[in-house]
Amino acid sequence: MLEEQGPEWMSEEVKTGTTIIAVEFDGGVVLGSDSRVSAGASVVNRVMNKLSPLHDRIYCALSGSAADAQTIAETVNYQLDVHSMELGEDPLVCSAATLVKNISYQYKEELSAHLIVGGWDRRGGGQVYATLSGLLTRQPFALGGSGSSYVYGYLDAEYRAGAGRTDTQRLVVDTLSLAMSRDGSSGGVAYLVTIDGDGVEEKVFLGNELPTFYDQ
Amino acid sequence: MATLSVSRAPLGGFSFENCKRNAVLEADSAKLGSSVPAARKTGTTICGIVFKDGIVLGADTRATEGMIVADKNCSKIHYISPNIYCCGAGTAADTEMTTQIISSNLELHGLSTGRLPRVATANRMLKQMLFRYQGYIGAALVLGGVDCMGPHLYSIYPHGSTDKLPYVTMGSGSLAAMAVFEDRYKPDMELEEAKRLVRDAIAGGIFNDLGSGSNIDLCVITKGNVDYIRPHDEANKKGVRVNELETLCQTGDYKYKKGTTGVLTKVITPLNLDTVGEHVQTMDTS
Repeated sequence: MLEEQGPEWMSEEVKTGTTIIAVEFDGGVVLGSDSRVSAGASVVNRVMNKLSPLHDRIYCALSGSAADAQTIAETVNYQLDVHSMELGEDPLVCSAATLVKNISYQYKEELSAHLIVGGWDRRGGGQVYATLSGLLTRQPFALGGSGSSYVYGYLDAEYRAGAGRTDTQRLVVDTLSLAMSRDGSSGGVAYLVTIDGDGVEEKVFLGNELPTFYDQ
Repeated sequence: MATLSVSRAPLGGFSFENCKRNAVLEADSAKLGSSVPAARKTGTTICGIVFKDGIVLGADTRATEGMIVADKNCSKIHYISPNIYCCGAGTAADTEMTTQIISSNLELHGLSTGRLPRVATANRMLKQMLFRYQGYIGAALVLGGVDCMGPHLYSIYPHGSTDKLPYVTMGSGSLAAMAVFEDRYKPDMELEEAKRLVRDAIAGGIFNDLGSGSNIDLCVITKGNVDYIRPHDEANKKGVRVNELETLCQTGDYKYKKGTTGVLTKVITPLNLDTVGEHVQTMDTS
Protein backbone atom coordinates (compact mmCIF):
# COMPACT_ATOMS: atom_id res chain seq x y z
CA MET A 1 0.00 0.00 0.00
CA LEU A 2 1.71 3.16 -1.23
CA GLU A 3 -0.83 5.60 0.19
CA GLU A 4 0.16 6.85 3.61
CA GLN A 5 -3.16 6.59 5.36
CA GLY A 6 -2.23 5.39 8.79
CA PRO A 7 -4.54 3.37 11.01
CA GLU A 8 -8.27 3.98 10.75
CA TRP A 9 -8.49 5.73 14.07
CA MET A 10 -6.61 8.73 12.62
CA SER A 11 -9.75 9.56 10.65
CA GLU A 12 -12.45 7.54 12.36
CA GLU A 13 -14.24 8.93 15.34
CA VAL A 14 -13.49 7.14 18.58
CA LYS A 15 -16.58 5.20 19.72
CA THR A 16 -17.06 3.23 22.88
CA GLY A 17 -18.97 0.41 21.06
CA THR A 18 -20.06 -0.93 24.37
CA THR A 19 -22.18 -2.92 26.69
CA ILE A 20 -23.60 -0.94 29.62
CA ILE A 21 -26.13 -2.10 32.19
CA ALA A 22 -27.85 -0.64 35.23
CA VAL A 23 -30.12 -2.71 37.50
CA GLU A 24 -32.07 -1.57 40.55
CA PHE A 25 -32.22 -3.73 43.67
CA ASP A 26 -33.73 -3.48 47.10
CA GLY A 27 -31.89 -0.46 48.57
CA GLY A 28 -29.62 0.56 45.70
CA VAL A 29 -28.41 0.09 42.13
CA VAL A 30 -25.70 -1.87 40.36
CA LEU A 31 -24.09 -0.38 37.24
CA GLY A 32 -21.85 -2.42 34.96
CA SER A 33 -19.82 -1.85 31.80
CA ASP A 34 -17.16 -3.42 29.62
CA SER A 35 -13.88 -1.59 28.95
CA ARG A 36 -13.29 -1.51 25.19
CA VAL A 37 -12.88 1.75 23.23
CA SER A 38 -12.56 1.27 19.49
CA ALA A 39 -11.85 3.49 16.50
CA GLY A 40 -12.67 1.61 13.33
CA ALA A 41 -11.16 -1.83 13.81
CA SER A 42 -8.48 -0.72 16.29
CA VAL A 43 -8.92 -0.91 20.03
CA VAL A 44 -7.48 2.34 21.35
CA ASN A 45 -8.13 1.72 25.05
CA ARG A 46 -8.75 -1.75 26.46
CA VAL A 47 -9.22 -0.74 30.10
CA MET A 48 -11.53 2.28 30.00
CA ASN A 49 -13.89 2.64 32.94
CA LYS A 50 -17.17 3.73 31.36
CA LEU A 51 -18.91 4.21 34.71
CA SER A 52 -18.38 7.89 35.35
CA PRO A 53 -19.30 9.63 38.62
CA LEU A 54 -21.79 12.50 38.38
CA HIS A 55 -21.97 12.98 42.14
CA ASP A 56 -21.14 11.06 45.33
CA ARG A 57 -23.97 8.54 44.94
CA ILE A 58 -24.91 9.07 41.28
CA TYR A 59 -23.04 7.43 38.43
CA CYS A 60 -23.64 7.30 34.70
CA ALA A 61 -22.66 4.70 32.12
CA LEU A 62 -21.24 5.97 28.81
CA SER A 63 -21.83 4.60 25.32
CA GLY A 64 -21.64 5.82 21.74
CA SER A 65 -19.13 8.46 20.67
CA ALA A 66 -16.40 8.69 23.33
CA ALA A 67 -15.91 12.45 22.96
CA ASP A 68 -19.65 13.22 23.12
CA ALA A 69 -20.25 10.91 26.09
CA GLN A 70 -17.23 12.20 28.07
CA THR A 71 -18.25 15.80 27.41
CA ILE A 72 -21.85 15.25 28.52
CA ALA A 73 -20.73 13.47 31.70
CA GLU A 74 -18.22 16.19 32.60
CA THR A 75 -20.72 18.98 31.87
CA VAL A 76 -23.43 17.35 34.01
CA ASN A 77 -20.87 16.68 36.78
CA TYR A 78 -20.15 20.41 36.84
CA GLN A 79 -23.83 21.39 36.71
CA LEU A 80 -24.69 18.97 39.54
CA ASP A 81 -21.86 20.39 41.67
CA VAL A 82 -23.34 23.87 41.32
CA HIS A 83 -26.88 22.59 41.88
CA SER A 84 -26.02 20.65 45.04
CA MET A 85 -24.09 23.63 46.45
CA GLU A 86 -27.11 25.88 45.85
CA LEU A 87 -29.42 23.31 47.44
CA GLY A 88 -27.09 22.63 50.33
CA GLU A 89 -27.74 18.88 50.13
CA ASP A 90 -27.12 15.90 47.87
CA PRO A 91 -28.98 16.06 44.54
CA LEU A 92 -31.69 13.60 43.49
CA VAL A 93 -30.94 10.95 40.88
CA CYS A 94 -33.89 12.36 38.96
CA SER A 95 -32.18 15.78 38.83
CA ALA A 96 -28.99 14.26 37.44
CA ALA A 97 -30.94 12.30 34.85
CA THR A 98 -32.89 15.43 33.88
CA LEU A 99 -29.67 17.38 33.32
CA VAL A 100 -28.35 14.58 31.10
CA LYS A 101 -31.67 14.43 29.26
CA ASN A 102 -31.66 18.19 28.66
CA ILE A 103 -28.30 18.08 26.89
CA SER A 104 -29.15 14.88 24.99
CA TYR A 105 -32.43 16.33 23.74
CA GLN A 106 -31.22 19.84 22.91
CA TYR A 107 -28.26 18.58 20.89
CA LYS A 108 -30.04 15.49 19.62
CA GLU A 109 -28.92 15.98 16.00
CA GLU A 110 -25.29 16.74 16.80
CA LEU A 111 -24.50 14.22 19.52
CA SER A 112 -24.37 10.46 19.24
CA ALA A 113 -24.00 9.23 22.78
CA HIS A 114 -26.33 7.42 25.16
CA LEU A 115 -25.92 7.72 28.91
CA ILE A 116 -27.68 5.57 31.51
CA VAL A 117 -27.96 7.29 34.90
CA GLY A 118 -28.14 5.25 38.11
CA GLY A 119 -27.82 6.16 41.76
CA TRP A 120 -29.23 6.33 45.25
CA ASP A 121 -30.91 9.21 47.03
CA ARG A 122 -32.81 9.50 50.34
CA ARG A 123 -36.18 10.20 48.77
CA GLY A 124 -36.41 7.43 46.20
CA GLY A 125 -33.75 4.86 47.10
CA GLY A 126 -32.06 3.13 44.19
CA GLN A 127 -33.15 4.41 40.77
CA VAL A 128 -32.18 3.79 37.13
CA TYR A 129 -33.00 6.24 34.35
CA ALA A 130 -32.56 5.78 30.60
CA THR A 131 -31.94 8.91 28.47
CA LEU A 132 -31.81 7.48 24.94
CA SER A 133 -32.58 10.05 22.20
CA GLY A 134 -33.42 12.65 24.80
CA LEU A 135 -36.28 10.90 26.58
CA LEU A 136 -36.31 10.44 30.34
CA THR A 137 -37.79 7.27 31.74
CA ARG A 138 -37.33 5.46 35.02
CA GLN A 139 -36.92 1.72 34.64
CA PRO A 140 -36.11 -1.20 36.92
CA PHE A 141 -33.18 -1.97 34.64
CA ALA A 142 -31.65 -0.41 31.52
CA LEU A 143 -29.27 -1.63 28.81
CA GLY A 144 -27.23 0.26 26.29
CA GLY A 145 -24.48 0.06 23.72
CA SER A 146 -23.88 -2.24 20.78
CA GLY A 147 -23.59 -5.35 22.96
CA SER A 148 -26.94 -4.81 24.64
CA SER A 149 -28.88 -6.26 21.71
CA TYR A 150 -27.49 -9.72 22.50
CA VAL A 151 -28.63 -9.82 26.11
CA TYR A 152 -32.08 -8.20 26.24
CA GLY A 153 -33.67 -11.65 26.28
CA TYR A 154 -31.36 -12.92 29.02
CA LEU A 155 -32.02 -9.95 31.29
CA ASP A 156 -35.77 -10.04 30.65
CA ALA A 157 -35.82 -13.68 31.70
CA GLU A 158 -33.47 -13.48 34.70
CA TYR A 159 -34.48 -10.17 36.32
CA ARG A 160 -36.36 -10.58 39.61
CA ALA A 161 -37.95 -7.59 41.33
CA GLY A 162 -36.83 -7.12 44.94
CA ALA A 163 -33.62 -9.16 44.55
CA GLY A 164 -30.75 -8.63 46.97
CA ARG A 165 -27.35 -6.95 46.47
CA THR A 166 -25.17 -9.98 45.70
CA ASP A 167 -27.76 -11.58 43.43
CA THR A 168 -28.04 -8.38 41.40
CA GLN A 169 -24.25 -8.06 41.16
CA ARG A 170 -24.02 -11.62 39.89
CA LEU A 171 -26.80 -10.96 37.37
CA VAL A 172 -25.00 -7.87 36.01
CA VAL A 173 -21.65 -9.67 35.72
CA ASP A 174 -23.26 -12.64 33.96
CA THR A 175 -25.06 -10.38 31.51
CA LEU A 176 -21.90 -8.41 30.78
CA SER A 177 -19.90 -11.56 30.25
CA LEU A 178 -22.44 -12.93 27.76
CA ALA A 179 -22.59 -9.66 25.84
CA MET A 180 -18.79 -9.29 25.76
CA SER A 181 -18.34 -12.76 24.35
CA ARG A 182 -20.83 -12.16 21.52
CA ASP A 183 -20.23 -8.52 20.59
CA GLY A 184 -17.00 -7.68 18.78
CA SER A 185 -17.08 -4.08 19.98
CA SER A 186 -17.28 -5.04 23.65
CA GLY A 187 -14.54 -6.71 25.64
CA GLY A 188 -11.65 -6.25 28.02
CA VAL A 189 -12.54 -6.25 31.69
CA ALA A 190 -15.87 -5.73 33.43
CA TYR A 191 -16.36 -2.77 35.79
CA LEU A 192 -19.06 -2.90 38.44
CA VAL A 193 -20.29 -0.08 40.67
CA THR A 194 -22.74 -0.77 43.51
CA ILE A 195 -24.41 2.26 45.08
CA ASP A 196 -26.56 2.19 48.20
CA GLY A 197 -27.26 4.28 51.28
CA ASP A 198 -23.94 3.35 52.87
CA GLY A 199 -21.75 4.32 49.96
CA VAL A 200 -20.22 3.26 46.68
CA GLU A 201 -18.34 0.02 45.95
CA GLU A 202 -16.25 -0.24 42.79
CA LYS A 203 -15.12 -3.61 41.50
CA VAL A 204 -13.14 -4.86 38.51
CA PHE A 205 -13.48 -8.33 37.01
CA LEU A 206 -10.41 -9.21 34.96
CA GLY A 207 -10.64 -11.48 31.91
CA ASN A 208 -10.05 -14.72 33.77
CA GLU A 209 -12.40 -13.78 36.60
CA LEU A 210 -15.46 -13.40 34.35
CA PRO A 211 -18.06 -16.16 34.54
CA THR A 212 -17.89 -18.66 31.71
CA PHE A 213 -20.74 -20.27 29.83
CA TYR A 214 -21.20 -23.18 27.49
CA ASP A 215 -18.48 -22.36 24.99
CA GLN A 216 -15.62 -21.67 27.39
CA MET B 1 -20.91 57.88 24.17
CA ALA B 2 -21.92 57.03 20.62
CA THR B 3 -19.86 54.38 18.81
CA LEU B 4 -19.38 54.13 15.09
CA SER B 5 -19.66 50.36 15.02
CA VAL B 6 -21.23 47.89 17.39
CA SER B 7 -18.78 45.15 18.25
CA ARG B 8 -20.44 41.78 18.66
CA ALA B 9 -19.16 39.26 21.17
CA PRO B 10 -17.55 36.34 19.31
CA LEU B 11 -20.06 33.56 18.74
CA GLY B 12 -19.15 30.09 19.86
CA GLY B 13 -18.49 27.23 17.48
CA PHE B 14 -16.38 26.89 14.37
CA SER B 15 -15.87 29.98 12.20
CA PHE B 16 -16.67 29.17 8.58
CA GLU B 17 -15.78 32.66 7.29
CA ASN B 18 -12.83 31.59 5.21
CA CYS B 19 -14.52 28.69 3.46
CA LYS B 20 -15.97 30.87 0.67
CA ARG B 21 -12.63 32.57 0.17
CA ASN B 22 -10.84 29.21 0.06
CA ALA B 23 -13.30 27.89 -2.51
CA VAL B 24 -12.67 30.95 -4.74
CA LEU B 25 -8.89 30.59 -4.35
CA GLU B 26 -9.02 26.91 -5.21
CA ALA B 27 -11.08 27.61 -8.35
CA ASP B 28 -8.70 30.39 -9.41
CA SER B 29 -5.54 28.35 -8.90
CA ALA B 30 -7.09 25.43 -10.81
CA LYS B 31 -7.66 27.84 -13.75
CA LEU B 32 -3.99 28.86 -13.66
CA GLY B 33 -2.94 25.21 -13.56
CA SER B 34 -1.36 25.11 -10.10
CA SER B 35 -2.79 23.19 -7.16
CA VAL B 36 -3.49 24.31 -3.63
CA PRO B 37 -0.69 23.19 -1.27
CA ALA B 38 -1.65 20.09 0.67
CA ALA B 39 -1.78 20.27 4.46
CA ARG B 40 1.41 18.91 5.91
CA LYS B 41 0.77 15.89 8.13
CA THR B 42 3.27 14.53 10.58
CA GLY B 43 2.45 10.84 9.78
CA THR B 44 4.04 9.98 13.01
CA THR B 45 4.92 7.66 15.80
CA ILE B 46 4.58 9.24 19.23
CA CYS B 47 4.32 7.54 22.60
CA GLY B 48 4.64 8.03 26.32
CA ILE B 49 5.02 5.94 29.48
CA VAL B 50 4.82 6.46 33.20
CA PHE B 51 7.90 5.12 35.00
CA LYS B 52 9.02 5.13 38.63
CA ASP B 53 10.08 8.79 38.88
CA GLY B 54 7.95 10.43 36.17
CA ILE B 55 7.17 10.40 32.46
CA VAL B 56 9.14 9.53 29.31
CA LEU B 57 7.75 10.93 26.03
CA GLY B 58 9.10 9.83 22.66
CA ALA B 59 8.61 10.88 19.03
CA ASP B 60 10.08 10.33 15.58
CA THR B 61 11.13 13.36 13.50
CA ARG B 62 9.65 12.94 10.01
CA ALA B 63 7.07 15.35 8.57
CA THR B 64 5.44 14.26 5.29
CA GLU B 65 3.57 16.13 2.57
CA GLY B 66 1.77 13.38 0.69
CA MET B 67 4.53 10.91 -0.24
CA ILE B 68 7.42 13.38 0.14
CA VAL B 69 9.34 13.99 3.34
CA ALA B 70 8.88 17.70 3.97
CA ASP B 71 11.07 17.88 7.07
CA LYS B 72 13.65 15.25 8.03
CA ASN B 73 14.14 16.60 11.52
CA CYS B 74 11.06 18.30 12.86
CA SER B 75 10.35 18.55 16.55
CA LYS B 76 7.12 16.87 17.63
CA ILE B 77 7.49 17.23 21.38
CA HIS B 78 5.98 20.62 22.23
CA TYR B 79 6.39 22.70 25.36
CA ILE B 80 3.23 23.31 27.35
CA SER B 81 4.62 24.42 30.70
CA PRO B 82 7.88 23.85 32.63
CA ASN B 83 6.54 20.55 33.96
CA ILE B 84 4.27 19.48 31.07
CA TYR B 85 5.17 18.50 27.49
CA CYS B 86 2.95 17.29 24.66
CA CYS B 87 3.69 15.14 21.58
CA GLY B 88 1.53 15.85 18.52
CA ALA B 89 0.40 13.67 15.61
CA GLY B 90 -1.91 14.54 12.72
CA THR B 91 -1.91 17.86 10.87
CA ALA B 92 1.36 19.62 11.75
CA ALA B 93 -0.15 23.13 11.88
CA ASP B 94 -3.02 21.99 14.09
CA THR B 95 -0.78 20.31 16.68
CA GLU B 96 1.64 23.26 16.66
CA MET B 97 -0.99 25.96 17.12
CA THR B 98 -3.20 24.03 19.54
CA THR B 99 -0.29 23.32 21.89
CA GLN B 100 0.90 26.93 21.65
CA ILE B 101 -2.56 28.31 22.45
CA ILE B 102 -3.01 26.03 25.45
CA SER B 103 0.56 26.73 26.61
CA SER B 104 -0.15 30.46 26.54
CA ASN B 105 -3.48 30.07 28.37
CA LEU B 106 -1.87 27.81 30.96
CA GLU B 107 0.85 30.37 31.65
CA LEU B 108 -1.81 33.03 32.33
CA HIS B 109 -3.75 30.53 34.44
CA GLY B 110 -0.59 29.73 36.42
CA LEU B 111 0.04 33.41 37.08
CA SER B 112 -3.54 33.75 38.25
CA THR B 113 -3.42 30.74 40.60
CA GLY B 114 0.19 31.25 41.68
CA ARG B 115 0.88 27.54 41.25
CA LEU B 116 2.58 25.21 38.82
CA PRO B 117 -0.15 23.99 36.41
CA ARG B 118 -1.54 20.47 36.69
CA VAL B 119 -1.59 18.01 33.81
CA ALA B 120 -5.33 17.49 34.31
CA THR B 121 -5.87 21.22 33.67
CA ALA B 122 -3.96 21.07 30.38
CA ASN B 123 -5.96 17.97 29.46
CA ARG B 124 -9.30 19.68 30.12
CA MET B 125 -8.32 22.77 28.14
CA LEU B 126 -7.16 20.70 25.17
CA LYS B 127 -10.18 18.38 25.10
CA GLN B 128 -12.69 21.22 25.44
CA MET B 129 -11.07 23.08 22.54
CA LEU B 130 -10.91 20.01 20.30
CA PHE B 131 -14.53 19.06 21.09
CA ARG B 132 -15.66 22.59 20.22
CA TYR B 133 -14.20 22.13 16.73
CA GLN B 134 -15.91 18.73 16.37
CA GLY B 135 -12.83 16.93 15.00
CA TYR B 136 -12.02 19.49 12.29
CA ILE B 137 -8.77 20.28 14.12
CA GLY B 138 -6.76 17.17 13.29
CA ALA B 139 -4.61 17.01 16.39
CA ALA B 140 -3.98 13.70 18.16
CA LEU B 141 -1.86 14.36 21.24
CA VAL B 142 0.08 12.53 23.93
CA LEU B 143 0.17 14.80 26.97
CA GLY B 144 2.51 14.03 29.86
CA GLY B 145 3.87 15.80 32.91
CA VAL B 146 4.64 15.73 36.60
CA ASP B 147 2.72 17.94 39.00
CA CYS B 148 2.01 18.13 42.73
CA MET B 149 -0.10 14.94 42.49
CA GLY B 150 2.55 12.89 40.69
CA PRO B 151 3.19 11.84 37.07
CA HIS B 152 0.22 11.80 34.65
CA LEU B 153 -0.12 10.66 31.04
CA TYR B 154 -3.09 11.36 28.74
CA SER B 155 -3.92 10.58 25.12
CA ILE B 156 -6.19 13.10 23.43
CA TYR B 157 -8.06 12.35 20.19
CA PRO B 158 -9.12 14.88 17.52
CA HIS B 159 -12.81 14.68 18.44
CA GLY B 160 -12.11 15.54 22.05
CA SER B 161 -12.10 12.23 23.93
CA THR B 162 -9.24 11.51 26.32
CA ASP B 163 -7.82 8.46 28.06
CA LYS B 164 -5.65 8.44 31.16
CA LEU B 165 -3.33 5.44 30.94
CA PRO B 166 0.12 4.24 32.04
CA TYR B 167 1.31 3.90 28.42
CA VAL B 168 -0.05 5.37 25.19
CA THR B 169 0.88 5.56 21.51
CA MET B 170 -0.48 7.74 18.69
CA GLY B 171 0.12 8.35 15.01
CA SER B 172 0.34 6.16 11.92
CA GLY B 173 3.04 4.04 13.59
CA SER B 174 1.05 3.66 16.82
CA LEU B 175 0.17 0.01 16.27
CA ALA B 176 3.83 -0.95 15.85
CA ALA B 177 4.82 1.04 18.95
CA MET B 178 1.92 -0.35 21.01
CA ALA B 179 3.03 -3.88 20.15
CA VAL B 180 6.40 -3.15 21.79
CA PHE B 181 4.73 -1.61 24.85
CA GLU B 182 2.25 -4.44 25.34
CA ASP B 183 5.14 -6.89 25.29
CA ARG B 184 7.63 -5.15 27.58
CA TYR B 185 5.86 -2.54 29.75
CA LYS B 186 6.09 -3.04 33.51
CA PRO B 187 4.93 -0.62 36.21
CA ASP B 188 7.62 1.32 38.15
CA MET B 189 10.49 0.85 35.70
CA GLU B 190 13.87 2.48 36.20
CA LEU B 191 14.91 5.46 34.06
CA GLU B 192 17.31 3.66 31.72
CA GLU B 193 14.91 0.79 31.15
CA ALA B 194 12.08 3.22 30.47
CA LYS B 195 14.17 5.23 27.97
CA ARG B 196 15.19 2.02 26.21
CA LEU B 197 11.56 0.88 25.99
CA VAL B 198 10.36 4.18 24.52
CA ARG B 199 13.28 4.24 22.09
CA ASP B 200 12.44 0.72 20.93
CA ALA B 201 8.75 1.54 20.56
CA ILE B 202 9.50 4.58 18.36
CA ALA B 203 12.03 2.54 16.41
CA GLY B 204 9.28 -0.04 15.81
CA GLY B 205 7.16 2.73 14.31
CA ILE B 206 10.05 4.22 12.29
CA PHE B 207 11.08 0.98 10.63
CA ASN B 208 7.62 -0.52 10.09
CA ASP B 209 5.60 2.55 9.08
CA LEU B 210 6.15 4.56 5.93
CA GLY B 211 4.89 7.76 7.52
CA SER B 212 7.47 7.74 10.34
CA GLY B 213 11.24 7.99 10.09
CA SER B 214 14.53 9.76 10.77
CA ASN B 215 15.59 10.24 14.38
CA ILE B 216 14.14 9.52 17.81
CA ASP B 217 13.54 12.39 20.24
CA LEU B 218 12.98 11.73 23.93
CA CYS B 219 11.71 13.92 26.73
CA VAL B 220 12.14 12.76 30.32
CA ILE B 221 10.03 14.66 32.88
CA THR B 222 10.60 14.14 36.58
CA LYS B 223 9.73 16.21 39.62
CA GLY B 224 11.58 19.49 39.20
CA ASN B 225 13.56 18.48 36.11
CA VAL B 226 13.05 18.06 32.36
CA ASP B 227 15.52 16.34 30.05
CA TYR B 228 14.77 17.18 26.41
CA ILE B 229 17.01 14.81 24.47
CA ARG B 230 16.99 15.78 20.81
CA PRO B 231 18.12 13.59 19.17
CA HIS B 232 18.34 10.64 21.48
CA ASP B 233 19.04 8.20 18.68
CA GLU B 234 19.95 8.96 15.10
CA ALA B 235 18.32 5.83 13.75
CA ASN B 236 18.70 6.93 10.14
CA LYS B 237 22.03 8.67 9.76
CA LYS B 238 22.90 10.00 6.29
CA GLY B 239 26.03 8.36 4.93
CA VAL B 240 29.18 10.28 3.90
CA ARG B 241 30.02 10.29 0.18
CA VAL B 242 33.41 8.76 -0.83
CA ASN B 243 34.70 11.95 -2.55
CA GLU B 244 34.22 14.02 0.58
CA LEU B 245 36.28 11.61 2.66
CA GLU B 246 39.28 12.08 0.34
CA THR B 247 39.10 15.86 0.07
CA LEU B 248 38.25 16.17 3.80
CA CYS B 249 35.63 18.89 3.25
CA GLN B 250 32.02 19.08 4.57
CA THR B 251 29.18 17.88 2.39
CA GLY B 252 27.36 20.72 0.70
CA ASP B 253 29.69 23.62 1.50
CA TYR B 254 28.23 26.49 -0.46
CA LYS B 255 30.32 29.35 0.97
CA TYR B 256 32.64 31.14 -1.49
CA LYS B 257 36.24 30.99 -0.34
CA LYS B 258 38.05 34.24 0.53
CA GLY B 259 39.81 35.64 -2.57
CA THR B 260 37.15 34.46 -5.07
CA THR B 261 36.28 38.08 -5.80
CA GLY B 262 39.35 40.20 -6.63
CA VAL B 263 39.72 43.48 -4.69
CA LEU B 264 40.94 46.41 -6.86
CA THR B 265 41.10 49.35 -4.41
CA LYS B 266 40.52 49.87 -0.70
CA VAL B 267 39.56 53.29 0.76
CA ILE B 268 39.12 53.82 4.54
CA THR B 269 37.32 56.97 5.74
CA PRO B 270 37.11 57.52 9.51
CA LEU B 271 33.88 59.25 10.56
CA ASN B 272 34.51 61.84 13.30
CA LEU B 273 31.32 61.98 15.34
CA ASP B 274 30.91 64.34 18.34
CA THR B 275 28.64 63.36 21.22
CA VAL B 276 26.18 66.29 21.46
CA GLY B 277 24.44 65.37 24.70
CA GLU B 278 23.43 62.40 26.86
CA HIS B 279 20.07 62.26 28.57
CA VAL B 280 18.87 59.30 30.62
CA GLN B 281 15.18 59.18 31.56
CA THR B 282 14.16 56.51 34.04
CA MET B 283 10.81 54.73 33.60
CA ASP B 284 8.20 55.43 36.24
CA THR B 285 7.57 51.98 37.68
CA SER B 286 5.74 53.03 40.82
